Amino acid sequence: MREFSDEELERYSRHIILQDVGIEGQEKIANSKVLVIGAGGLGSPVALYLAAAGVGEIGIVDGDVVDLSNLQRQVIHTTADVNVPKVLSAKAKMEAINPNVKVTVYQKFLDASNILDIVKGYDFVIDGTDNFSSKFLINDACVLANVPYSHGGILRFGGQTMTVKPKESACYACVFDSPPPANAIPTCSSAGILGAVAGMLGTIQAAEALKYIVGVGEPLYNRLLTFDAKTMNFRNVNFKKNPKCRVCGEHGIKEIKDYEAVVCEAKL
Amino acid sequence: MKLTINGESKEIKDGISLPELLVIENVEQPDMVSVQLNDEFVRQDEHKGITLKENDSINFLYFMGGGA
Repeated sequence: MREFSDEELERYSRHIILQDVGIEGQEKIANSKVLVIGAGGLGSPVALYLAAAGVGEIGIVDGDVVDLSNLQRQVIHTTADVNVPKVLSAKAKMEAINPNVKVTVYQKFLDASNILDIVKGYDFVIDGTDNFSSKFLINDACVLANVPYSHGGILRFGGQTMTVKPKESACYACVFDSPPPANAIPTCSSAGILGAVAGMLGTIQAAEALKYIVGVGEPLYNRLLTFDAKTMNFRNVNFKKNPKCRVCGEHGIKEIKDYEAVVCEAKL
Repeated sequence: MKLTINGESKEIKDGISLPELLVIENVEQPDMVSVQLNDEFVRQDEHKGITLKENDSINFLYFMGGGA
């Protein structure tokens, strides 16, 4: 455990006075390591809130550079960051918000050759990616490495999220089995996304990560939270871990493989 | 008969099959939706053989691949 400085005690005072967090919860946050995969629509709010919350170490993964069309929703990047690698742009904002946080950047895209080694070093993972091959790859890696993670997906005015605790709760493949064929499902670049919807879902993912770290409340295990911002209806669909799941079931995967690259969001 | 579809109670004609319900409910891409019947997921290749009964609860879960 670590001793908080006066500056930190003041900075985190609104967490510390929360009965369910307290100084112990804030210490857990400060000692935790969270990996944010994707520094885009979901990754932006997640990275900002986790840095502000004082997560001790935050890894951020993205191989892309900031594009003008990102700025409508990717709130960690500014107009001056266009053409700057997203991970560097994100790191600068996170450190500006909270210099106590250690930010590790991975300026690359994850695949079967590198994902397990990276994921293994973290306590919790955030899926903020924009394509199904990555979403299923993250699920596989987290199940194999036994690291809990938050799945997130958004489209148009809607979002969905679930939290996965490998071996204990249902995984993404328990619900959706395997990636849809290329181009079968509209994407944000082809169908659009309301910028604020990315913020709504990303902040839910950040809250799930912090709940998990502190050990408070009921994570989104064994349920998919979906919402439609047009009607502002939120709904939980409950399910159980599938014993026959292709990934986490009794005869689940033993090694990591790439899914067929489905480049849905080629270049934003 | 009464069915619960995505959490809402609806009156649907008796004896329809799951694929027929997907049509009635205007599910855009029936082969791209994960169907849950009374808390169990139904495999895509098992849709055809399923006839719905009074008080069945059905959820349609859609793929959402966006994030960036």
